[in-house]
Amino acid sequence: MSNKVIQAIYTDDDVLLAAVKKVKAAHHHIDEIYTPFPVHGLDKAMGLAPTRIAIASFLYGCVGLTVATLMMNYIMIEDWPQDIGGKPSFSYLENMPAFVPIMFELTVFFAAHLMVITFYLRSKLWPFKKAENPDVRTTDDHFLMEVAVSGNEEELSAFLQETGAVEVKVSEKH
Amino acid sequence: MYTFSNKLRLSAFVLMIVGVLGLGYGFLAAPGTVEEAKAMVADARHGGGHAEAATHDAHGTHDEEHAAHDASHDEHLLHQLQNKPWAALYVAAFFFMMIPLGVLAFYAIQRVSQAGWSPLLFRVMEGITAYLLPGAVLVFVILVLSGVHMNHLFVWMDPEVVAHDELIQGKSGYLNVPFFLIRAAIYIAGWVAYRHFSRKFSIAQDTADDNSYFKRNFKISAGFLVFFLVSESMMSWDWIMSVDPHWFSTLFGWYVFASMFVSGITVIALVTIYLKSRGYLEEVNNSHIHDLAKFMFGISIFWTYLWFSQFMLIWYSNIPEEVTYFVTRIEDYKLPFFGMVVLNFVFPLLVLMNSDYKRLNWFVVMTGIVILIGHYIDIYNMIMPATVGDQWFIGIGEIGGVLFFLGLFIFVVFSALTKAPLVPKRNPFIEESKHFHY
Repeated sequence: MSNKVIQAIYTDDDVLLAAVKKVKAAHHHIDEIYTPFPVHGLDKAMGLAPTRIAIASFLYGCVGLTVATLMMNYIMIEDWPQDIGGKPSFSYLENMPAFVPIMFELTVFFAAHLMVITFYLRSKLWPFKKAENPDVRTTDDHFLMEVAVSGNEEELSAFLQETGAVEVKVSEKH
Repeated sequence: MYTFSNKLRLSAFVLMIVGVLGLGYGFLAAPGTVEEAKAMVADARHGGGHAEAATHDAHGTHDEEHAAHDASHDEHLLHQLQNKPWAALYVAAFFFMMIPLGVLAFYAIQRVSQAGWSPLLFRVMEGITAYLLPGAVLVFVILVLSGVHMNHLFVWMDPEVVAHDELIQGKSGYLNVPFFLIRAAIYIAGWVAYRHFSRKFSIAQDTADDNSYFKRNFKISAGFLVFFLVSESMMSWDWIMSVDPHWFSTLFGWYVFASMFVSGITVIALVTIYLKSRGYLEEVNNSHIHDLAKFMFGISIFWTYLWFSQFMLIWYSNIPEEVTYFVTRIEDYKLPFFGMVVLNFVFPLLVLMNSDYKRLNWFVVMTGIVILIGHYIDIYNMIMPATVGDQWFIGIGEIGGVLFFLGLFIFVVFSALTKAPLVPKRNPFIEESKHFHY
């Protein structure tokens, strides 16, 4: 099995979307697509599975709410239930309105930060990471589609040329 | 064009008739004299009565004082029980009046913000706001009847109470019957006038050959929103906060607004889903429903934010003159007071959080019904503690009130929907709205 991929470069997102549909219809496997900005509907055209990051965020929020509740219940109610300005520290429920701002903020804090960290982990992003773009123009105004070579290389090149690519090149997989 | 199905018309009439019977029963069951009131309470608290008698005996040494206190207590009880059917009527009348008012505010916002998704729903909103005139007039009639002392919903209208109450005397520059009714008439006139003209321009735009009606609608909508913000705030002080004339809260107007706004949006969603299920509104897709459900979700949370802000600030500082408001509610209305937070916050929060669920009609309908019940209880919690106190009950009178106004609401709204095509024709954003996809 060769490690070769064909890189087809487009200059317009509409052309790219049409090309993706044609490539999918011809049952070629798209390895990756590089675009300078989000192209609406690209994930659907490629058939990518929907993200589950919102579900992760909801669960992180639940963790935050739990942390806030357990923390304040331990500190304010169980460990040292002082009378501070007449607030009823007898049970968590009795003094709950005073805890709600912190419960809310910690829920949001956990949901947001852990979701962002999840995003970084899952998309393998960190400082000093080596950039992976195969063609520097893809960060500016070009769109690049990588299609795995399986079978006839010439035929695939010609096919991609027909989909409106301005440039088609074969490269070793990096 | 929409045709009002006979089945729906019949159910509206049945609801109205059953509602009138329920309300009538409520009025007939109200006690006329102190003796009747005492007998009713004794009956209701069959078991508890003995314990009460025992505590009364314990204070036997202060016989004379006690007798005077008992008499005033009994009169208070009589007033509360006499208020019950009136309060049931008033809560239901206000609840159904605030739905078209919330829709009207939403409609004006959609026009002013030039939203691209909603023009397809403008006729639905206009149909719902048709109830504003009859609904607001009915509320006004109840206010006038209070003003001529047919009931004791507003204690500050009772000259005997005011004579012994310096706090109310100090507020009488604002809280006096003529000024109160004039203000109410101004609010209603302003809202109804905007509704009349925006509807007129909206229909005229269908056959116009330029966009001048659209632009005029834009301008009056912007003007209305300014008027609405002020009038709605004052309306909530007048019609709701003044049942507790000793109490005040600065964010009360916003709080009432959030309640009416979310109820209004919910009703838009319910009517839209109903019309679509009957084969009208074919171009409405699940993205429109998704958008409405997002609003229901977001404004439910906004309502909770205001509810909690009002509650927590008063609970935290615990100033006696403010906190009595919540003390009576938590002591006598524990289940409705906290139950509505579950219905209006926890339930929509968990159910409408998922993006896929917001596209499912039955999910939106189910949540919508829960939200509407929750906001009825919200209004109930605002009015009842001050008018009937611990004598509250959701019985035949209260349910009858809801059924009567529900029937009237359905009849007026669906009659109005038959009067114009359900899809506006020459709205500049209508094409965008038809192809709206989220």
